[in-house]
Amino acid sequence: MIELESMPLPVSRPDTADTLLRLDGLKTYYPIRKGLLGRVKGHVKAVDGVSLDIRQGETLGLVGESGCGKSTIGRTILRLEQSTGGVIRYRGEDITHYSTSKMRPMRTEMQMIFQDPFSSLNPWMRVRDILKEPMIAHDKASSATVDAEVDRLLDAVGIPRAYKERYAHEFSGGQRQRIGIARALALNPKFIVCDEPVSALDVSIQAQVLNLLKQLQKDMGLTYLFIAHGLGAVKYISTRIAVMYLGKVVEIGTKEEIFRAPKHPYTQILLNAYPVPNPHLRGREKIVVQGDVPSPANPPSGCRFHTRCPFVQDRCRQEEPALLGGIDGHAAACHYAF
Amino acid sequence: MITYIARRLLIFVPVLLGITIINFIIINMAPGNPVDMYIDPNMSPAIAEAKKEALGLNDPLFIQYFKWLGTILTGDLGYSMSSFAPVAQLIGERIMPTVTLGLAALVLALLIAVPLGILSALKQNTKIDYLVTGLSFIGTSIPNFFLGLALIYIFAVNLGVLPTGGMQKLGGDGGFGDRMIHMILPAIVLATAIAGRKVRYVRASMLDVLKQDYLRTARSKGVHEFWVTNKHALRNALLPVITVVGLEIPILLGGAIITEQIFQWPGIGQLTLQSMMSRDYPTIMALNLIAAIAVLGANLLTDVMYSAADPRIKVG
Repeated sequence: MIELESMPLPVSRPDTADTLLRLDGLKTYYPIRKGLLGRVKGHVKAVDGVSLDIRQGETLGLVGESGCGKSTIGRTILRLEQSTGGVIRYRGEDITHYSTSKMRPMRTEMQMIFQDPFSSLNPWMRVRDILKEPMIAHDKASSATVDAEVDRLLDAVGIPRAYKERYAHEFSGGQRQRIGIARALALNPKFIVCDEPVSALDVSIQAQVLNLLKQLQKDMGLTYLFIAHGLGAVKYISTRIAVMYLGKVVEIGTKEEIFRAPKHPYTQILLNAYPVPNPHLRGREKIVVQGDVPSPANPPSGCRFHTRCPFVQDRCRQEEPALLGGIDGHAAACHYAF
Repeated sequence: MITYIARRLLIFVPVLLGITIINFIIINMAPGNPVDMYIDPNMSPAIAEAKKEALGLNDPLFIQYFKWLGTILTGDLGYSMSSFAPVAQLIGERIMPTVTLGLAALVLALLIAVPLGILSALKQNTKIDYLVTGLSFIGTSIPNFFLGLALIYIFAVNLGVLPTGGMQKLGGDGGFGDRMIHMILPAIVLATAIAGRKVRYVRASMLDVLKQDYLRTARSKGVHEFWVTNKHALRNALLPVITVVGLEIPILLGGAIITEQIFQWPGIGQLTLQSMMSRDYPTIMALNLIAAIAVLGANLLTDVMYSAADPRIKVG
């Protein structure tokens, strides 16, 4: 297999001033331990060579099936998982190997909204304490101002101030996710990884939370990495979209490019799977995907999608396509891109 | 909460009644009776029979039970059939040593188990973890009579640093320090088994909590790792431990019978064994009643503490 580092960097990647976060060949592997002595017998290649730029003020949507490594990327960027290879740069600073204590000040800049609003809040803590804790940990507020800060955060996410004495379990899923958002905002971060922030919520609540995220982005100048497995939320909130398959980015482009002219067969299939709201348009022809997602512990040779691709050719089985694109930045990792 | 406790206390009444009936049947099934245990071989059978008649031992079983229940309901625990002292007085003299010993053992066990359990969980699958789980396995499986005798042999007989038994030095003043020294060995024996079980419990509970998403949340906030472990994880991990601490109380009472015997500790355990040997029905019944109340009370306390400790649980 060709090592990704030795391959030409995908897309044209001008290191412009507005690049906030840059990933170069990022890899996160999890060891598989087996047998009596628990020896490492291989790796789950959750993220296997991902290169991305996230620009100041944009929302990069990251989509893909369950288990393709989306959440792992988000956690690796925030150093909640240890990367196996590659480089993470935040504002040009290489944070890939920062120690826990060196990473701590970075937490005021980079935050995460977690997927599960039920398990990600400590059941022992009142909302007030959940919001206070990051401010105290980083000396961001004095004891005099901290209560005012808590009120400000609750106002920002639309939770009544009177509820701050309550415990997390006393709230609905949507409210809990708002608390999770308020928690992420407590340190006035610049960059937030939203790890499927609406997938655990009712459809009726999803729009509320998405609108809140959009509003906060506008008000506070935030940059988002928005991870989702459904295209609906991503289409609504993203400026650009990256499509992942088995630990790799297979296509990246602006929202319009991805939705109007997808280049990669996998993206087309994803778009096809996305239910069309207008019943008059439902009759169109569908490309059908075959089989299951291969194991990330033993990904297929050549193009990783070749086992399921309806347009597979011999070349796809042997040669791994690079993520190449035009000047516009719309790129797809496919030998026979549309 | 108050209505909940009141309702639980109300349920105690039929439960205790049932327990006393079963106990009464069981102790009467044991061969012999109080009179057989203290008669002289030369005594004429007629006198023994008269004695049994006087103590009411010839009445039908259910009459005997209702007689006992009648006195209990007036708040009187009756008189011992072997020493003829009031049962309340016998128990009153013995209860404090047992409670002190039990509490000391429980505190000692938790002081050992909680830090070791946390350490073991934080260092999961390392040599430290294997050592701690190995020790806990030994602690759980070693019989307390054996451990007691071994400790007496080492510390009292060979090294001569600690007393072999009793609660105070013979002819001594029985001061606090003296009692503490006498309590060391029996407390260690009782604590060993409890600590062995609790280490595993704390470890499992901690491992479970360490996997929780909200710890990742805490780390992403930039909270110092020390506080992630000791504030976010520990408080949640100790919650299930509270429940099983309550469940140790009956085990502690049972363990006290043997341990008190080995160390000549003048407590409830010793009294229980003595009264069983002499078929002292009123004392056995009273001791059983007290043990049952202690166990039921401990269970109630556990439930109440659980809801006080975990904001998600509301009893009622």
